[in-house]
Amino acid sequence: MADTALTAPLRSPLSHVAGRLAAATRTSGGAIRLAELPFLAQLDVRLDAKGTAAEAVGLALGLQLPLQPNTVVRAGELTALWLGPDEWLVVGPPGGEREVESRIREAAGDEPVSVTDVSAQRTTLLVTGPRAHDLLAHGCSLDLHPRVFGSGRCAQTTLGRTQVVLVARDEPRAGFWVLVRSSFAGYLTDWLLDAATEYV
Amino acid sequence: MLLIPCPWCGPRDEAEFHYGGQAHVPYPEDPAALSDEEWARYLFFRDNTKGPFAERWSHAAGCRRWFNAVRDTSSNEILAVYRTGEERPATAEPRPFVSQPRPQPARPALADEAPSGPKRGSGGGSPQDGTGRGGGGEAAFISGSAAGQPFRHPTRGRIDRDAPLTFSFDGTEYRGFRGDTLASALLANGVIHAGTSIKLGRPRGIFSAGVEEPNAVVQIEEPFPEPMLPATTVELYDGLVASSLPGQGRLATEPDPARYDAVHAHCDLLVVGAGPAGLAAAAAAARSGARVILADDQSEPGGSLLGTAEHLDWVREITGQLDTAPEVRVLRRTTVFGYYDDNHLVAVERRTNHLGAEAPDNVSRERVWRVRARRVVLATGAHERSLAFADNDRPGVMLASSARTYVNRHGVLPGRRAVVLTTNDSAYAAALDLTAAGLAVTAIVDTRPGPGEWTERARAAGIEVLAGHAVTGTEGEARLTTVTVAPYGESAGRREFAADLLLVSGGWNPVAHLFSQSGGRLRHDETLGSFVPDTCRQAVEVVGGASGVLDPATVLAQGAAAGARAVEAEGYTPEAPRLPEVAAQPRQTPPMHVYVLPGASDAPRFVDLQRDVTVDDLARATGAGLRSVEHTKRYTTAGTANDQGKTSGVLASGVVAELLGVDISALGTTTFRPPYTPVSFAALAGRDRGTLSDPVRTTALHHWHVAHGALFENVGQWKRPWYYPQDGEDMEAAVLRECAAAREGVAFMDASTLGKIDVQGPDAGVLLDRLYTNMMSTLKVGMIRYGVMCRPDGMVFDDGTVIRVAQNRFLVTTTTGNAAAVLDWMEEWHQTEWPELKVHCTSVTEQWATVALVGPRSREVLGSLAPRLAVANDDFPFMAWRQTTVAGIEARVCRISFSGELAYEINVSPWEALALWEALYEAGAPYGITPYGTETMHVLRAEKGYPIIGQDTDGTVTPQDLGMSWVVSKKKPDFVGKRSYARADNLRPDRKHLVGLLPEDPGAFLPEGTHLVADSVLPAPPVPMLGHVTSSYRSAALGRTFALALIKGGRNRIGERLYAPVGDQLVPVTVASPVLYDPEGARRDG
Repeated sequence: MADTALTAPLRSPLSHVAGRLAAATRTSGGAIRLAELPFLAQLDVRLDAKGTAAEAVGLALGLQLPLQPNTVVRAGELTALWLGPDEWLVVGPPGGEREVESRIREAAGDEPVSVTDVSAQRTTLLVTGPRAHDLLAHGCSLDLHPRVFGSGRCAQTTLGRTQVVLVARDEPRAGFWVLVRSSFAGYLTDWLLDAATEYV
Repeated sequence: MLLIPCPWCGPRDEAEFHYGGQAHVPYPEDPAALSDEEWARYLFFRDNTKGPFAERWSHAAGCRRWFNAVRDTSSNEILAVYRTGEERPATAEPRPFVSQPRPQPARPALADEAPSGPKRGSGGGSPQDGTGRGGGGEAAFISGSAAGQPFRHPTRGRIDRDAPLTFSFDGTEYRGFRGDTLASALLANGVIHAGTSIKLGRPRGIFSAGVEEPNAVVQIEEPFPEPMLPATTVELYDGLVASSLPGQGRLATEPDPARYDAVHAHCDLLVVGAGPAGLAAAAAAARSGARVILADDQSEPGGSLLGTAEHLDWVREITGQLDTAPEVRVLRRTTVFGYYDDNHLVAVERRTNHLGAEAPDNVSRERVWRVRARRVVLATGAHERSLAFADNDRPGVMLASSARTYVNRHGVLPGRRAVVLTTNDSAYAAALDLTAAGLAVTAIVDTRPGPGEWTERARAAGIEVLAGHAVTGTEGEARLTTVTVAPYGESAGRREFAADLLLVSGGWNPVAHLFSQSGGRLRHDETLGSFVPDTCRQAVEVVGGASGVLDPATVLAQGAAAGARAVEAEGYTPEAPRLPEVAAQPRQTPPMHVYVLPGASDAPRFVDLQRDVTVDDLARATGAGLRSVEHTKRYTTAGTANDQGKTSGVLASGVVAELLGVDISALGTTTFRPPYTPVSFAALAGRDRGTLSDPVRTTALHHWHVAHGALFENVGQWKRPWYYPQDGEDMEAAVLRECAAAREGVAFMDASTLGKIDVQGPDAGVLLDRLYTNMMSTLKVGMIRYGVMCRPDGMVFDDGTVIRVAQNRFLVTTTTGNAAAVLDWMEEWHQTEWPELKVHCTSVTEQWATVALVGPRSREVLGSLAPRLAVANDDFPFMAWRQTTVAGIEARVCRISFSGELAYEINVSPWEALALWEALYEAGAPYGITPYGTETMHVLRAEKGYPIIGQDTDGTVTPQDLGMSWVVSKKKPDFVGKRSYARADNLRPDRKHLVGLLPEDPGAFLPEGTHLVADSVLPAPPVPMLGHVTSSYRSAALGRTFALALIKGGRNRIGERLYAPVGDQLVPVTVASPVLYDPEGARRDG
């Protein structure tokens, strides 16, 4: 029995709606693309931005933790999101959470750094396509115009009635990552698919 | 919606923030040293200042940082924000009110070109009398497609004569054209009588051509019933079925199938109104690169120019430019109806109404736009004002400019033979234009003794001008037949004119509604005789008719300048737009300021047509001593109808001023409140209805619960399995079965919804010691402790377990509904009171899925799946946790129990939760493992006397009241709540205690909330109440009903008999210990 479970595939919060997301993407004729990016490694990192740990962690990760509010820094497979003046979300490819966590902890040494694995806390929705802005504007009060919220920007805000972390993807792919608490992900997907009614 | 500038994230909608009360009220250094009064002052007393006030805010939906703000409590303006720990900055001055650029002297003339000479009859045919109900008169202008529309002009209008439409009104079928409104189509068919007045039942006719319409408010029957729509705003579509109303409409009884939605939009410049001023403003900004939104309530831009048919080439040219400019959005059929703080404006776009049954299903019928604009230019125009004279409500009395609009925009003559009544120049242009269109204007009755240059033009066109005259009465039932005129203020010299149309102009009211809503002040303009925008704190300018300027050349220049100023202020370079050449205007003659026309008639003189309020009604109000227009409004209901007094508001002010003998400038107007025009609730609700109205949170196991027939209970936003009824079971049977399984065999439940917070850092123990009533820092790694959190007033706020994961790391669990509040609470204390603590709190609620495995056989089930875990009691004692694998899945297993039974909580990744759950289900099958829901959980915990915070407590209950003095540390020098336990009120012996209740009849069930009294007979009221039932269940284990209750001095009453009034029975109950099952705790270790 234990062996069966060992081989059981991981189930992501939106695995049950993958078909609906794909169908909406298909019928929109390129206007929007919706998909879950499941199982991304996500680590909540807390440290004093002015302390020595910030630089050490940056070196270990190969990227400078962003100090400007609501910005992201990308390097290699990792993306660091500013969540607060002493808080970042480091996002990487699925399965990498332990390795990245130990890299951060080793770099920090004795400095008081908190690292929390939150990979399953949120899942990530990809929202792209020419109507991605219009779609999110149905429920997001932030100005998502590329002049204001272009590549390199992120924000914690509300979409529909759920809290999300929005990340502007790099040009030229454009569009957004929408990170949402797993328990809200089903609701947010229903909301997004409803908001997309006019585009699909 | 306010924008609050987070010191980190910048300006965000206020909805993202939580308010935290007055700032700079630090937690006392030594609460124990304070007297009860001093402590109460800290707990309960805060300043309530008018003006700048320093307060705490948390950017709850953003970066979760607490900060301070200085807010002006009288205007809500945020004057400064600063970070926690920083000094309050020097009090900033509130933003000053900024004056409008002063308008040019008003020139009440709308036409820019001299009308040509008399062309009476040039349109062909002579005026016929309409009857008001259609069919009257010979068809004057019959062309092929206009057949049956006797009042249709052969050439004028912007209607599409190739697109005939069929509609019905009050059961009669009519034809109109695309481009008609319902009102214009009715007029084309000779129907002007479109309703009956609400109180007096008088026939009423179409009075205007726009949103200000008070009379022609109709019921739409098809394609979907909608009440109370002004026929002047309903765009005609094929198959429209409408009926007239006796003053009030009928709501649909079936659900509206249409879709309504909302969007957010941002721009550098929002221009409201696409008349000449608004178009000029947008044009000046359009090519600067600034983001511009132009919103207009009509189907096409042009505004008043559509009604006067002037400069339409220019309108087309500018509209074309705007439609193709990359950062410009032109919103047609969009009414901006609300103007809120920080240039937040809300509009409704009517997207498919005009398509009738052709409307596509996937396009929202109406869309609410929530626009955040850096700058706003209001170009909302002006409404023509009526006059109070005898019998001024007959069908056929119409605003002069509206008649002109019907001719030029809709190609409809609203009558055949008209008399014009005016106090100002503007009606002359209308009269001349109507004459040119073939309408017989018999006379212009001008209240002014010497009207001037326009008079000459009118006389040249063959119109008789009666200067210094007034209308003293009208005749006609279904439609006006006769107008009586006399020298102003005299009864002699009366003349009667046969007319089916009386066109009235009592002056112009700037549409200052949005400006006023924005917080702008109005001032009385002597020249215009009305109220115009003055100063405002927001970044807004008012141009054109809305600013009181009526001269076309000035209007255009003013609009272009305002548009340019707005984008320049945002850092863009405006471009001077091409403006049309405006021909020289006749020299103007000042308008006469009059509201009530003299006349000895007994006939009613209506002020508010929609509410049937007359001059006499207002006189009764002032006679009753009312001195404010706000009061006369409420006394008479003038201005309270669906039209919100658009044509009557200033008129009513003028009448009241005359009655009181004061100047209208001293009286002012009533307050303008959103919405500017009625907005349907369906549009405001948008998609926030049904399943989308509130988020639904589900666990990783949700689909299993659904598949296994669970019924769900809403706990906060979570869907939690309530119970799992098997075939034919009711709730009682299912819960008794689930409880028995947990007490006698093994049962399991999804406990993933419990809040979980990771607390990390060298000072983690210190933080928890300060927030929990008991000691957490002494907890050993690998062990678990139950804890209670209280507010500073000592009342229980939350409870849960604390797991020590490592020396510097704890995992805190919270109740399901309180997870976010507890995290906020921890952040608040940490950030605002103890920033020196090296600790961080992170929500990990969804990082873990939790399964509670409960019952005497739970050890066997766990043991079979966790081969590496020593499950014996000595190896894995109560309140310990172990890291292991269960069913091959990495798991943290905690030995905690919320039922009194041997129990485990197995925490795994939610990605693997279903595999774990199914493995448990399979491994437990030999023992009859039973899934259970929240109802069984509640029964099990209540049998053990474990309180549910929020059910058995209500914010007035201390741990001691719950009988949990053991959880309150005596050793710690301080923690949140400690000082309050020494307050006199918390030492009262008659505080309510949580106790058990056993009805003497073991089958009697006490509803939750039932009161408890001392005597078997109810005394006369007021009945002294001893307390109330907080939880009540049927127990499988006890074989009877039982309850928990909060009862005054309850612990001293154990064994006493009390009475519970249930219906008209007094049910005898015995007070008991709250722990009714296994009081020795023998079952905990299996």
